[in-house]
Amino acid sequence: MVTAIHPLADSTPVAATTRPRSPGTLRACAALLRRDFMLAWRRRGELFLPLLYAVIVTALFPFALGPDPELLARIAGGVLLVIVVLAMLPALEAMFRADLEDGTLEQWLLAPQPLALLALTRVIAHWLTTVLPLIIVMPLLGALLNLPVKVLPVLIAALLLATPLLVLLGSVLSALTAGARRSGILLALMLLPLAVPVVIFAAGAIAAAQSGMPYLAPLTWLAAALVLAIVLAPLACAAALRIAVET
Amino acid sequence: MATPPAPSAPLLSAHRLAFSRNDEPVFGPLDFSLGSGETVLVEGDNGSGKTTLLRVLAGMLPPGDGEIRFDGQPSSRDSRNGRVLWLGHRSGMNESLSARENLGFLAGLYGTRAGMTAATAMERVGIDGWIDEPLRTLSAGQKKRVGLARLLLLPGDVWLLDEPYANLDRHGIELVNALIAEHCARGGAALVTSHGAVRFADPHARHIHLAT
Amino acid sequence: MHWLGSPPNFYRFAGALRPWLMAVALASAAVGLYGGLVLAPPDYQQGDAYRIIFIHVPSAWMSLFIYATMAVAGLIALVWRVKLAEVIAMECAPTGAAFTLITLLTGSLWGKPMWGTWWTWDARLTSELVLFFLYLGVIGLYTAFEDRRRGARAASLLALVGIVNLPIIHYSVQWWNTLHQGTTVDFLDPARSSIAPAMLWPLLVMALATHLYFFASLLGRTRTGLLSLESGKQWVRVLVDGQPAQTTGAPT
Repeated sequence: MVTAIHPLADSTPVAATTRPRSPGTLRACAALLRRDFMLAWRRRGELFLPLLYAVIVTALFPFALGPDPELLARIAGGVLLVIVVLAMLPALEAMFRADLEDGTLEQWLLAPQPLALLALTRVIAHWLTTVLPLIIVMPLLGALLNLPVKVLPVLIAALLLATPLLVLLGSVLSALTAGARRSGILLALMLLPLAVPVVIFAAGAIAAAQSGMPYLAPLTWLAAALVLAIVLAPLACAAALRIAVET
Repeated sequence: MATPPAPSAPLLSAHRLAFSRNDEPVFGPLDFSLGSGETVLVEGDNGSGKTTLLRVLAGMLPPGDGEIRFDGQPSSRDSRNGRVLWLGHRSGMNESLSARENLGFLAGLYGTRAGMTAATAMERVGIDGWIDEPLRTLSAGQKKRVGLARLLLLPGDVWLLDEPYANLDRHGIELVNALIAEHCARGGAALVTSHGAVRFADPHARHIHLAT
Repeated sequence: MHWLGSPPNFYRFAGALRPWLMAVALASAAVGLYGGLVLAPPDYQQGDAYRIIFIHVPSAWMSLFIYATMAVAGLIALVWRVKLAEVIAMECAPTGAAFTLITLLTGSLWGKPMWGTWWTWDARLTSELVLFFLYLGVIGLYTAFEDRRRGARAASLLALVGIVNLPIIHYSVQWWNTLHQGTTVDFLDPARSSIAPAMLWPLLVMALATHLYFFASLLGRTRTGLLSLESGKQWVRVLVDGQPAQTTGAPT
């Protein structure tokens, strides 16, 4: 795109005034995904920690409540939902911190691509690398708590809808707290109240499946909320990132 | 050095630019413009607002007063896109990744100068042997040079360089000066901050002094 | 409006207005409480226990109204970076949290004789509790920043994100048929209101009283907040030290 007219008297390099086209948004998001996956792979040892945490906490319940299989089967769905939410928290808190500290966020801000789309890409990468493993492990955890087999697919469906919703909400809060004094618990205190409606609907679907009732309605509500969040949360996250970078 | 004929509007211009933080004035009002091929050195002691000025010009902070124009257009994400190259205190690169991976990511966001690759840029700044090592294994000076490789690799006519000489030895300083000189010869422009303790490249550069 | 946006002007204006608002607020509270506690007849189902409604309902309305005010001021602070809006938004939060807490506690006190339980996880109570945590989150986030203005903007963004909770609270009794009673006072369609007039007017007077109290309190808190934020500036020094304003040529 030529932005200034030069009388071509000599071999003046025109490159200075012709802006090269920046990479398209899709290519930029692909580059960000690649980077985040590379980083996750470099730290793959750390990714096991939330899984280990989930397994250990799950195992605590039979010890705490007694091994009565019927009791465990009744509470398994809800307990697993809560365990996943809690296991997600530490990684959520750190979503943007490292990039703020090393200046990568500044580069995001100056990039030609819309900041909201970069934020959404980060959310996707985060979900794939930190939350999906938790969901994959669900059958194992379900076995530990005697989860009825018919509930398992509904539990996984509910998690597949609820966890991205929570990561989207968490991304906004993580961006807001990234610029604040380090406070690990602050994000959890802000996120959990907002997570209550999500947990209610997910738990509703699980409970319905458990008692053989129709479970599609709460799942549809979750899906609708997820669509809304995919549109709105990146915008709020971008606004929060701009605040975080301003020092 | 034959300068190209001046384009219709300067690459960057600031008019009555000022900024305050918590109602304490940080700098301004400033008036200056940066044309093709020009270098401006912003000098001042620590805390005089040099970094803040650059951040305001780059669009990271909103100006308190006054306006900024790129090519005569008011500063906005569109007018800045592809035009501004920022080198700040923080490297903008992740320590767990290698130089090649970091530069590759930035190229994915911003694109590259015609014909440039990460490898060529690294070679030019003299640390191509370290291109695949995680950044955390490099010394401060080497990391700084990887940052300089960014200047070669990424497109941008207006360079905003905040303390580019920090952490560099004599050769590094010469390298920075050479890069700036080449950039200006190509028609670009550079706004550089410094404590003032360094022998700057261009004796004809204009100086802006910020007082605390 | 622009005149009012300047801190010293707002400070003077608020200082003049506040005593009047507070006086009328206290007077109407007295009238409303007298009307509700003494004049209004006992409820045919609940007897005299229902009278806590004259504190509970206005507090609940205020908990929502203050949040909306906080969100609007926060939006202005975020988009236009108006300092006064930042202070107002942040000063709303503690008062809003207090009213929410009063709502929860009075509701609990009412619930024990009515439903036989101090607490239940029905939709409205749960969403009101969530509102309380949202207020605490806004206050917590604001105080976590060293730069007060940046903290105010971050907390304002959080308040805006949480605003989705307001319609949930309001419509929760219509969407889910749970323990809390349904809509009794319908502003949009008064014919649907199911409350007796003798009980309605003290309720509305109390609503007026709480609104006026909130405005008076907000004016006072905003004045203090402005003093604190602008503590280095000339107009504050004049106020505190009583020095006459000096005209200096040098920039401050």
